[in-house]
Amino acid sequence: MKILVCISNVPDTTTKIKFAEGNASIDTAGIQWVINPWDELSLTRALELRDDAANGVKSVTVVHVGPASAEPTIRKALAIGADDAIRVNTESSDSWFVAAQIAEVAKKEQFDIIMCGIESSDYNGSVVGGMISEFLGIPSVSAVSGIKIENGQPVIIREIDGGKETITVPMPLVVVVQKGIAKEPRIAAMRGIMMARSKPVKLIEPVVVEPLTQIVVFEKPAPRAACNYIDAENAGQLIELLQNEAKVI
Amino acid sequence: MSVLVYTENWDGKFKKLSFELISYAAGVAKMLGTDVTAVSIGKVEDTELKKLGNYGAKKILSIDNDMLITLDNQAYTSVISGIAQTENSRVIIISNNNTGKSIAPRLSVRLKAGVGSGVSKLPLSLAPFTVYKRTYSGNAFAHVVIKTDVKIITLAQNSFDVIDTPNNAVIEKVMVSVDSSLIKTVVKDVQKQTGKILLTDADIVVSGGRGMKSPDNWPALVELASILGAATACSRPVSDEGWRSHEEHTGQTGKIIAPNLYIALGISGATQHLAGISSSKYIVAINTDKDAPIFESAQYGIVGDAMKVLPKLIAAVKELKK
Repeated sequence: MKILVCISNVPDTTTKIKFAEGNASIDTAGIQWVINPWDELSLTRALELRDDAANGVKSVTVVHVGPASAEPTIRKALAIGADDAIRVNTESSDSWFVAAQIAEVAKKEQFDIIMCGIESSDYNGSVVGGMISEFLGIPSVSAVSGIKIENGQPVIIREIDGGKETITVPMPLVVVVQKGIAKEPRIAAMRGIMMARSKPVKLIEPVVVEPLTQIVVFEKPAPRAACNYIDAENAGQLIELLQNEAKVI
Repeated sequence: MSVLVYTENWDGKFKKLSFELISYAAGVAKMLGTDVTAVSIGKVEDTELKKLGNYGAKKILSIDNDMLITLDNQAYTSVISGIAQTENSRVIIISNNNTGKSIAPRLSVRLKAGVGSGVSKLPLSLAPFTVYKRTYSGNAFAHVVIKTDVKIITLAQNSFDVIDTPNNAVIEKVMVSVDSSLIKTVVKDVQKQTGKILLTDADIVVSGGRGMKSPDNWPALVELASILGAATACSRPVSDEGWRSHEEHTGQTGKIIAPNLYIALGISGATQHLAGISSSKYIVAINTDKDAPIFESAQYGIVGDAMKVLPKLIAAVKELKK
């Protein structure tokens, strides 16, 4: 069994976002780039599955669609434990473009399970995994908070709106993961970092795909009014304000 | 031409988000000079279906097929894309919840329709078709142009008010044939949340952080939530410690919510937490640390110990409900 983990390269989640001139893109000066948090959890779970020999997972490959500047993030994924990596050498434009590129990679090399995070912390799109599955004509499961292998087949827990379900879906499939899939992201050890240097990163040129959407401009969220402080001794007054002023209770 | 809405129900009753979706769709349809068609999949009585007309649906297509009891996104995509084609839908509106995130991307590829996801306002313009969406986990919003003829919008929950727009809606029962070989999802076990208000659906959320000090202190928080008719939530450290289930974790990697009122008890307000709650209409912060970043996002604040403030709030709400 082979697993492909899709990783996105995003600004560290504590970054204060600033826009570049014209507000059509963000100012990348000084930004620390990291593996998208959901992708990091997804990679961690893939490695856990591989590391238990009973599951029969032969390899975990990571794929990233992006320029050479994303190499440190890919190396980090290798240092955490991925066996090899593929980088589609292009600037990513929209979700459709990224999904189409990954689907092309998956067509050439057969993977049994393709794992994606449920969203990226930058674009918050939540569509790449589902698109890949439809491009490939294979099943996908969204909002997955658990996956294990039983008798060579995946058993999946997915969150539905108002509960959770344990389901089986035949491979090949796309698993779109959310929090809960792994307890904590795996951290690279020194040995992993050393080994990552010699692990293969295969470079693939992109296929021609016309994006369907385009960001024209960014804006900051509307500023909130200053906080109205209520004395802790008179905390009950808060309830009155919520009822009569904010009218929310 | 039409604006198509995929509605969701829970045990035969429409979720609140379905009325938000219809209200939103009515706004889009008005801009386009067309009508709203709603799709309902599942066993829903006519009296319930009619409710969709109250918010502006003109036509309600009800599909009740045993093959569609389980959410299998390939089967659902076939059904919805078929309807979108027959109805000549130009815009398809779906919730940006787990179900919507499962269906929208497949539908996008099937219909070659661009997706605007997590949208929270009516389109900013029709030509080019521009939507307003959340990016950078709430730290920025983007104007996104969808270039395709057919557009898919996934609407952020609680971002659009339910608006009464009574319409004389017609209900049509639609028979669909679902190819059983298409259905790959086999459900082994279901755990439904019962008797609890869904966190993502709630108008009021009461949430606790590490400042609650111990899981033993939660009963007071739960009581406040209960008398307010609120859902309970927590910050990441709390779910990581196992004090509360990770299903309650709100924040960047947890649930993203936008209630009318979010009461944060003992939560300092790290960027990652704010990313999950910043779209709330009102935020109340209760924290011992007057410099906690949560106060910058809050409209109401109390500098104090959550455990001392909670009984006062409970007493005040009880007084109010008398």
